[in-house]
Order: sequence, then structure tokens, then C-alpha cells
Amino acid sequence: MNERQVDILVIGAGPAGLAAAISAKESGIDSLLVVEREKDAGGILRQCIHNGFGLHRFKEELTGPEYARRDIDRAADLGIDIECSTTVLTVSPDRTVTCVSSSKGLQIIHAKAVVLAMGCRERPRGALCTPGTRCAGIYSAGTAQRFVNLEGFMPGKRVVILGSGDIGLIMARRMTLQGAKVLACVEIMPYSSGLNRNIVQCLQDYDIPLYLSHTVTDIRGKERLEGVTVAAVDEKRNPVPGTEIDFDCDTLLLSCGLIPENELSLGAGVEISPATSGAVVSETFETSVPGIFACGNVLHVHDLVDHVSNESFKAGAAAAAYVRNGQHAVPMISVKDGEGVRGTVPQLIRSDTDQPVDLMFRPAAVYRNSAAVVECGGKELLHKKAMIYTPGEMALVTLKPEMLKDLPADSLTVRMERMDG
Amino acid sequence: MNLTTDILIIGSGITGCAVARELSRYNASVVVLDRGSDLAEGPTKANSGIVHAGYDAVPGTKKALYNVRGAAMYESLANELGVPYRRCGALVLAFDEADVKTLEELKERGGTNGVSGLEILDREAVLKLEPNLNPEVVSALSVPTSAIVSPYEMAFALADDAALNGVQFRFDTEVLSVSKDEDGCFTLRTNGDTWRCRVLVNCAGASGAEIHNMLSGQKLTMVHRRGQYYLLDRAAVQPFSRTVFQCPSVMGKGVLVSPTVHGNLLLGPTAEDIDDPLDTATTASGLADILAKAGRTWAGLSTRTNITNFSGVRAHLTTDDFVVGSCEGCPGCFEAIGIESPGLSSAPAIGLDLAGMIADHLGLARKEKTVPCPVPPVPFHDMTPEQREQAIEQDPSYGNIVCRCEVVTEAEIRRAIRRPVGARSVDGVKRRTRAGMGRCQGGFCCPRVAAIISEETGIPLKEVTKNGGESFLLSDTIESYLKGEHDHE
Repeated sequence: MNERQVDILVIGAGPAGLAAAISAKESGIDSLLVVEREKDAGGILRQCIHNGFGLHRFKEELTGPEYARRDIDRAADLGIDIECSTTVLTVSPDRTVTCVSSSKGLQIIHAKAVVLAMGCRERPRGALCTPGTRCAGIYSAGTAQRFVNLEGFMPGKRVVILGSGDIGLIMARRMTLQGAKVLACVEIMPYSSGLNRNIVQCLQDYDIPLYLSHTVTDIRGKERLEGVTVAAVDEKRNPVPGTEIDFDCDTLLLSCGLIPENELSLGAGVEISPATSGAVVSETFETSVPGIFACGNVLHVHDLVDHVSNESFKAGAAAAAYVRNGQHAVPMISVKDGEGVRGTVPQLIRSDTDQPVDLMFRPAAVYRNSAAVVECGGKELLHKKAMIYTPGEMALVTLKPEMLKDLPADSLTVRMERMDG
Repeated sequence: MNLTTDILIIGSGITGCAVARELSRYNASVVVLDRGSDLAEGPTKANSGIVHAGYDAVPGTKKALYNVRGAAMYESLANELGVPYRRCGALVLAFDEADVKTLEELKERGGTNGVSGLEILDREAVLKLEPNLNPEVVSALSVPTSAIVSPYEMAFALADDAALNGVQFRFDTEVLSVSKDEDGCFTLRTNGDTWRCRVLVNCAGASGAEIHNMLSGQKLTMVHRRGQYYLLDRAAVQPFSRTVFQCPSVMGKGVLVSPTVHGNLLLGPTAEDIDDPLDTATTASGLADILAKAGRTWAGLSTRTNITNFSGVRAHLTTDDFVVGSCEGCPGCFEAIGIESPGLSSAPAIGLDLAGMIADHLGLARKEKTVPCPVPPVPFHDMTPEQREQAIEQDPSYGNIVCRCEVVTEAEIRRAIRRPVGARSVDGVKRRTRAGMGRCQGGFCCPRVAAIISEETGIPLKEVTKNGGESFLLSDTIESYLKGEHDHE
């Protein structure tokens, strides 16, 4: 069996894996390999042909493929080895990785550090337990996006979208521009989980109605989808009888959430946070298994690729430091989700960190005229006001290293606070 | 077109496939018609996948007879055909005095039917065997010979073997009328060809009674009884190693919680009488009912890892027993009607008996040679590293993982399409390979599977279906769409 050693193995050549690899290489690691299961690098950006990527990082509006191209070219310039059409089968706690490809068969790769950058998958219909028939024409929004943008096929022409995640919103516009009729976008929550700019640019600009606090309660059609029933839901998200609306449609797209794809991480014994469904990490993006790092959507689902890249540069540099210096074990400060806050990353911070630490989280509801507060043992470390915090947009507060000195307790809490007036 | 055959079987469910395979050993021409676009489209693809031990059926009934005989044939049949089968054992739970009495009756009934190893366990012993059971359990009947099997894969394997031995399968063919001619032959009008045959075999599942009633004065009445299910991810930690039943009722064996041969967890079924036997929708109330009942078995019930919900419709006769044998008053017609639970368990024995009766009726001689069905290769998912390496060496497309959740390779998908009765749709590939059967439900692999089907069969991509008929995956290409020329209106 083909067996070899590398300093750093990066799993996935999407924006996270590419950034981690570039950063590790620039930190002086030469023995570096990226493996990618698709036949090309770029990850999900390959099918995101709309623009709006890179505003933060490049101060430009790029399409997904253009954004990916910059990193792919940079990686090529740096001589980074990316093996595509290669699927990782297992990762062990001692960082032995088994992968498979048609060209090289089974390979066993021993890595000093591993960066997990496998991305996420879409929540399928089964996870929603939506009753009805199991006909053709029901797709997750990303699958439909692949059909349209990579394969050149339209999945259907009368469309209802369940869920208002960003991919669903983008596909509402995309399908409309291709001549389909998008009848409705239906969201079970009282607010959208997508970016506000996408609500405006993808629904409102095309007069596509957004039904908040509604869900699909029935799916009809023996062979191809013929229609769905939409109903309002109460506070407990149970359908309200008498509010049903029937839509005749041949396509139902699901945009009901993304799930970090952590099957390999679990196999490696990495501790997973129930709040993010991603690894529990320190401020260097190191997981509970020494030498295994995680970044991008496999760690927690982002809204903006710019943030993915930013986080992954740090993870790549940290993996390089791990290869050079071994584990830096010092007491950790734990970070807890307080009121109105979900899934704060990182969950642990080294007490002697000399770098600013970005705390990323999602508000659990819409908070207007509110503040994000970080406190420790009754002491307020940080208070960041904003006009609005919504679950659809990841919030970020930055802790300076000096804030973490002489803390009264060994854990921080991040919470939301409504301001008066 | 007018076509003829010696023997015509209506229905390619587990029973039709079992009969077809047994008949393929005789010198006769055999054709199987099915209204579905693939094998096993009826309840065979949507049941609990249990090979019942046989303690439940009333002694002396055909259900009891065939269940016990069929179950005894399963292990060697599954080994011979390479179909996943595991004797995992079962428990029937009692929660109160009435249940305890029922367990005694079941044990006695099982003994009379010839089921071995039945034993009533006290609460402590049961909880020791299955610690995740609801601690309110009082006692349980232990059924060590109960087994699990992949029902549709068994049908596929039987059909492949039959096809290699000369049986023809015709899909998308619905029988509209059947009549017996003066020469003793049968004429069947279908939505396509008209068929004539010397022997007609009615394994028509939901339509079994209807076809019987066209030919016999002894009318049968069928009730269509739907059963809905939850199927949970195999990656999740499984709570039970055995099939766990609650006490049966007049409507069936109740809601079970069971591992599947592939390591998923199955919850269900409901039992609702419906009008349309093809109505395999799931309903909010049905799904809620399963959770309420399964929660009684499994204290820590969670559907967080649910992969899909589905339902199948059982063909229940009001006489509450199977009809197996020669159709009364209509020589040349043989039947297996009302093959609800324990139909899967019984199918091999029913197949053997019906084929024997038909061979006697026609005076058929056994073929001197049969073509042995090649045992399918071990799925890549289950291979050892050495086996994987060897497989890729022989066929590099084994190194191309198409379904990431279930680790299914391109080689396996191509093989599924090239099988004797091969897959023609995305669901056909799914049921033969498990591609798309995992937690993402085909979100990633469906476009690639569709492309491989198109490549292998020559069907244009936009004509590839989810599950036959008009279940097209795609509407049209983007170009023709913008020109306003789209198909599939």
C-alpha cells in the first residue's frame, strides 16, 4: 500500500483548505499536501457563479469561481500539491489518514498535523420529517445550484423554496433569471436565516413573496412533484389548521440549514460541540485531538467566505506552529454561550495568548438596538452595540490579549443585551 | 403486439421473484410483468425487513405454515445469493398483565408452529440484554431465530438469478384485463402488449384480489393497509441489537424498533386502512403515531438522525390468511394473494410450492443445467483495506467514491446498472448500491449517479428519472429553457 509522511495534510480544497494550505506554506512548511474529493479545487465556490464574494478580503465583488481562482493560483505559485478526485476514508487520532483515488489506489498518509476543511452539507428533507409523497423534483438548494450552474440543466419551472438560507435565496433569483417561476419562499422561523442583502436582492427585487412563520405541511405528486401545502405555524412551530395555502409546483428546493460534515472528525475522536455541530476548538483552531485543526464550514457554518478564509489562514499558521514547536499546553479559558447566544467559536482560549481573539457566534433571535457582551466572573470585558443582530448574520467581537489578563474566573460568557429605548 | 409464453407471472415483488427463480429451473418460457418501472416497487421495498420466526401466526393457517418453512430457507438462500441477512433475534415486550398473558399465548403458539428457542425473560434479564429499553417493561418473549434481511435486495438477487436462467422481466406493464380462453390458455390485455400464456401466476400484490376476481367465482376482498416508517442514520449509535416488538394486535405486529442489516434503525410501521394501494405518502398523524408508540419501547427515542420517512401498503385479505395455490374453478391459474406480513419470511417457501404445482400441472422437466448466479462482490464500504486495494487494481473506478455518506464507488454503480435486471433510475441505483441512502439523501451524489445512468444506458440526462415513469429529475437544458422550448410540460 502506498504509504508516506507529510508535515501537514489538509482535507478539502475549498476556500478553507486552500487558505489553510497557503498560510501553512507561507509559514515555512514545505511538506504539505491537500486532498480534495472533487475533480477540481475550489469547493462549493465552483457552483456559486453569482457575485458578492470578497468584499471584505479583496475590497472587490467577485464571483465564487473568481474568488476560488485567486487562492488556487496562489497555491500553485507556492507549489502546493493538491490531489483532486481523492476521498479521505478515515482519520485516526494519531493523524494517520487513509484516502482513495482511481489513480493512486489506497494511500496511507502520516501527518504531523491535519487540518480538517471538509465543509458542510445541506439538511435534507428526511431531517425535516415533512410528510407527503417521495416524488422527483425535491432538491436541496445546493443540488439544484449544481444542476443549473455546473451541469447546465434546469431542475424545474414552478418552484417553491422551503427555508430562507442564503443558497435558497440565491437560487430563487437564479431560477427566476433562467425563466422559472418562483412562487414563494417559506420560512418556519419569524425571521430569515439568510443575509439581509440576499432577501432584498434575490426576493424583493423579483417580487417573490417571503412567508415567515410558515412551513410546508404536505408534498403531493406520484412521479414528479405536483404541489405542496404551506401553512402558518404557531410559536411552537406547529402548523395552524385553517391557514393552508396550496401551491401547484414541480419543484421544491430546500434551504433549511447546513450541517458541518464531521464524520471523519468523529472517527478521529474529535470532540464535537452540540451548538455548532463542529469541533470544539481553541483560539488556534486546534481540536480536542492534538495536532488536528479545523476551519471553515466544517467548524461552524459561515455566511461569508471572507470570514472562512480569514479563520483558515489562522488555522494554517497554527498548524505550522504545531509542526515546528509541538503542542503549546497552558491553562485554557473556556467560552460559554450566554443568553441569546449560540455556538460561540472558539470554545477555549489559551490564557497566555498574545494575539487578538475573534469570538464568532449567532444570536438566537433578532436583537434590535442591542449589545453583545463578554463577561468573566461578573466583570464586563467587552460591550459591542449594534442597530441589529440577527441569526442570519454571524456576529463577531474581538478580544484583545490584554483583556484576558488577570481574569477573575476561568470562563467567559458571551451574551446578548437589549438596550432600552 | 401479441406475445406468448408458457408461464406468465404478474408482479415482481418478493413472491413473484421467488416463483420466477424456482420456475427458471424448468424447461418452460417464463415472463414476469410489473406495472412498476423496476423490481419490488410495491411493499417489498417498504416493509420492516424482518424474517419472522413464526410465533405470531395462528397454527394451521397458511401464514403459519409458510412463515416457518420460509424462514428456515432464508439463511442459506441469502448466503447463496449474497444478500445481507442477520439472525439478530427479537424481543416482544410486555408492559402489563394483559401483555404478559399475550406473551404466554405467543410462546405456546410458536411452539405449536414449530418455532424453537422461545423463552420468556423477566424484567431484569431483558434490560440486561437491551439496556436502552423502556425500564417500565415487565417481561419479554425472547425469539432467538428472528432475523433481518434487506427485502428488496433479496428480490433483486432472486430476479437476477431468474433472468440469468432465462426468465424475462417486462416493466411499466399494467394488466388491464385477464380472460380464460376456450383452449384453456389465458389472454392478458395490458397497457402495451397482449399476452397469451398456458399458466398464469398471480403475484400481483395490491391487485391480487382484483385479478383473482376476474377469473374465479369465489370472490376475495382486499384491504390496503399502509405502514409508515422512520429510518435513522447508520452512523448514529444504535440503541438495540435486536428487533424489539410490542404485543401484536388485530391490525398487525405493532410498532417495532429494529436495526437493519445495513446498521440503520427502523421505527414503524403504522397500520391504516386506505383506499388507494399506490398511495405511499406519509402523513403528519402517522409519523406522530410512530413516535408515540416507539417511545414506549425506546425510552431515549430521538429522531435527530432521521434520514427519511417512507411507507408501504400491505395487501390484507379480509379472510386474514394467505391464498396460495391453484385458483379455485380456474385450472392453470396459480396464486399468491394477501401476502402481507409474514410474506417476506414466507416468500421462498411459497415460491418453491407454487413452482412445484405449476411444473406438475404442465408436466415440466427440470433443466439439466442451471446458470449459477455470480455472488455479488463485497460492497466497498465493507471491504478490508487489502480487498479495497485489490479491487481498485482490477478496476480503477473502485477508487472513485461517488456517494460519500455510504462510501459507494463508481464501479459499484456501473455494476448495478449492468446487472441482469439492472437499475434504470436513481432510486434503482440507490436500492442496489445504497448510493443516496445516507444522511445527505443524495444531495451530493444524485447528479453524478444520474450522469452515470445516462452514460451506461444511453438515456439522455434529461430523461433520467428518480423512479421511472414521469419522475424526471430535470426539466431541460438551460439553453432550450431560455428559448422557451422546454419538455416535460
